[in-house]
Amino acid sequence: MGELAGCGRAQMQPAGPIGDAERKIFLDSLVIMLAIVLPTIIAVLGVAWWYRPSNPRARRLPDFVYSGRIEIVVWSIPALVVIFLGGIAAIGSQDLDPARPLTSPVPALDVQVVALDWKWLFIYPTLGVASVNRLVVPAGVPLHLELTSATVWNVFWIPQLGSMLYCMSGMADTLYLQASKPGVYYGESAMISGDGFADMHFDTDAVPMDRFDAWVAATRSAGPALDDESYRELLRQSVPAHPYTYRSVRPGLFADIVMLRLPPGAGPQGGLPSVHPLGGSPTHPVAMR
Amino acid sequence: MTLLGKLTWRAIPFEQPLPLYSGAVVLLIIIAVLVWVVRRGYLPYLWREWVTSVDHKRIGVMYCILGAVMLLRGFIDAMMMRSQQAMAYNAPGFLPPSHFDQVFSAHGTIMIFFVAMPFMIGLMNLVVPLQLGVRDVAFPTLNSVSFWLTAAGALLVNLSLVIGEFDRTGWLPYPPLSELTYSPGVGVDYYCWAIQISGIGTLMTGVNFVTTILKLRAPGMHYTRMPMFCWTALASSLLIVAAFPVLTATLAMLLLDRYVGFHFFTDTGGGNSMMFMNLIWAWGHPEVYILVLPSFGIYSEVVSTFSGKPLFGYRSMIYATMAICIISFMVWLHHFFTMGAGADVNSVFGIASMIIAIPTGVKIFNWLFTMYGGTVRLATPMLWALGFMVTFAIGGMTGVMLAVPPADFQLHNSLFLVAHFHNVIIGAVLFGAFAGYTYWFPKAFGFVLDERLGKWAFWLWVIGFWVAWGPGYVVGLEGMTRRLDHYSVAEWRPWLLVAAAGVVIILLAIIAQIAQIVVSVRTREQRRDLTGDPWDGRNLEWATASPPPSFNFAALPNVRDQEPYWDMKARAREIGQLVRPEPEYQPIPMPRNSSTGFVTALFAVITGFALIWHIWWLVLLGLAGAYVTFVAFAWRDHDEELIPAAEVARLDRANRAARTARLQERMAERDSTRDSDT
Repeated sequence: MGELAGCGRAQMQPAGPIGDAERKIFLDSLVIMLAIVLPTIIAVLGVAWWYRPSNPRARRLPDFVYSGRIEIVVWSIPALVVIFLGGIAAIGSQDLDPARPLTSPVPALDVQVVALDWKWLFIYPTLGVASVNRLVVPAGVPLHLELTSATVWNVFWIPQLGSMLYCMSGMADTLYLQASKPGVYYGESAMISGDGFADMHFDTDAVPMDRFDAWVAATRSAGPALDDESYRELLRQSVPAHPYTYRSVRPGLFADIVMLRLPPGAGPQGGLPSVHPLGGSPTHPVAMR
Repeated sequence: MTLLGKLTWRAIPFEQPLPLYSGAVVLLIIIAVLVWVVRRGYLPYLWREWVTSVDHKRIGVMYCILGAVMLLRGFIDAMMMRSQQAMAYNAPGFLPPSHFDQVFSAHGTIMIFFVAMPFMIGLMNLVVPLQLGVRDVAFPTLNSVSFWLTAAGALLVNLSLVIGEFDRTGWLPYPPLSELTYSPGVGVDYYCWAIQISGIGTLMTGVNFVTTILKLRAPGMHYTRMPMFCWTALASSLLIVAAFPVLTATLAMLLLDRYVGFHFFTDTGGGNSMMFMNLIWAWGHPEVYILVLPSFGIYSEVVSTFSGKPLFGYRSMIYATMAICIISFMVWLHHFFTMGAGADVNSVFGIASMIIAIPTGVKIFNWLFTMYGGTVRLATPMLWALGFMVTFAIGGMTGVMLAVPPADFQLHNSLFLVAHFHNVIIGAVLFGAFAGYTYWFPKAFGFVLDERLGKWAFWLWVIGFWVAWGPGYVVGLEGMTRRLDHYSVAEWRPWLLVAAAGVVIILLAIIAQIAQIVVSVRTREQRRDLTGDPWDGRNLEWATASPPPSFNFAALPNVRDQEPYWDMKARAREIGQLVRPEPEYQPIPMPRNSSTGFVTALFAVITGFALIWHIWWLVLLGLAGAYVTFVAFAWRDHDEELIPAAEVARLDRANRAARTARLQERMAERDSTRDSDT
């Protein structure tokens, strides 16, 4: 089952309640729209063909230029569709508001997400560990994500889990997601953020609770600590070759990033004003691979 | 500070052959064309008849040529992107990200500002005064300034190919990425100054056309007798007047941030980057309708003419047009549903966005009923209109789906979104430009385009579009985001290869279009349109010669009907002769040529270039030059010249003779069918 979930990467094979609901709304609106669009296309082509000059059976009505009844119908059909779809949109906007907590008997796991040039930092504030470019979560547990950026804008998106949301510096957005079943889900940035943008993708490992606990324990026992100094190092533009973890996180780090008490990344460095169209930068992601 | 500001030899990308070679080739072509023009002695003709012309028809043609040339440039960018994504699966491809980012930014900027806009404004220029039955636009010299400022912006964008770099942040430069910290190069400055300069030109066009349509109409041309294209041109111009100042102000704020350390959009300095997105889409969404409304007008003209029927539900179409014009200002937030605005805000703007689909749907149905009961001739312009209705129905459908906020949460910034807006921009705006181009080409040049090659171009474009962008919808639903210079997801690869094949089909379509022009020009003598009415048209642009004389009409027409020219032709068939007897020809005063537009634009290029490279003395020089040009124009005493009555008579009599000949031909035909019936 886990393998099956891992091979699909699309919104059409969702692996959580948000993704499920959004897929349903997508398909509902597609069917509703097709119900009006397909007949229209067929009618356009049919009428154009039927009234060709060489068709003797076509009844010509060169003075048929207005009909109140037809006008009422042509205004009503799209209006009714919009009233119907508007209802779906309004209800769906409330139900699937990214900041709306998921109902679940299990308490949500807090994860703080920081978009950096050009990698993702995931902080687990209640567990005191952090991970770069790999999001490990327990399956079946709601995730309470807080998103910010310590550089330019990015969009945090795991298509199989659901809603994408902007990460912007100086503020934190709230997003609730959940992976219902174990699997590896592709995550990415959906907003151009500079030269290393294409490498800003990460795997979301949804694992059973016992394996998650084991991962936390293993993470705590090894790797560097995330303090102000290592954070400054992390801020510099780079694309890490592999995901890695921090065994501990300085408390309050995320709040300091959001409140800009820790300044955001300084952009391209190394005295290379990007004058050349193809000049590249010292952190050229292709070169680094 | 040095004499040349930031400009050094390092700005020329010597070590990177691709842009340098292509720049050199373009430069050589330009030089070759110039040499040819000078040696053939065409220079005075070009200067007198085109560069300094203030004739709306000439300016319209020049806008369309600018759009066509820039379409080639933008299409080369598209081919580069599609081949990069076809190659860059688990590989770097042939473009490093810093170059790829410039390519997609330039593609979007060029296609919107320097292809779609010039095509639409060009066709408005060519046709609106003719349809209104007047001699020119309200401010002819301003019109020339508008065109040349647009060309100046296009030139700056292309200059960035060889001197420095272009914007790498996308066609809308969102801060913080576009702020000095993250984009220290000159790319964003090239973008901003190019758009500022051409934006002023566009704003003046808007003012010009609002004034023309509201104040200059032939006697009897009431608002509810104006052709639908004039209505959509009015709506589009009103949107320009309302929206373009927002763009100018927004980019001015970004420039203040970048040049003098303001903090409008820098989050660290107390500014707010979200405000940029908010403001730019307050312009950007109306902009979509600025482009698409005139093309709706073109389809209205084409469908009506080629169905041999007046437009169905004319007043309903006016309401629909003006409804779109107003609602388009109330939906901009749907461009950032995923920014965390909250459920209430999202649902309000989602529903507002869907409401726009109502008048748009009405338009499609009214075109359908225009064809119903008509005699539908499938000439090339009509094929474009039918291709549009089918393609746009799908694009509109995906647009409504994107307007559902919870669906957008999974589609925003994915290739699904990119496929959607290509579906509407190509399927509605570009197809509209092509429909209008084939439809009005004989009016502008006096001969019709080759139908066979035109049909080839149409089918290749429609098929090419779907092969190129159908896969976009699919990979969008497979989680692919836009603007990736490389990727490692195997599922995307086959679709991106298909998309690359689609671009090849579009390339063939463009080759067919170029061949169409070449063949048509070479066989133009057999394709002459002597009467000025090759399609059996219904509105006033067909009531004058092709190409029309500089004064358009020897005597301004008297409008008695919603389809004045159709009305005239019907009455002529009844009485067996042209409706209006030969008028007493009078000399006609027309505005004189003016080099103001060209010279102003020259100084605008100098100023823009100097601002981009921080060459402050040159900035002052450019501004001073532009001001002197303006003063020289303002002080000129002699601004009109008289076209002698004899010349007016000569031109008009020739056209009248051709029309009379055809009328007699028609009547003879009618009589012979009547005889055979009885």
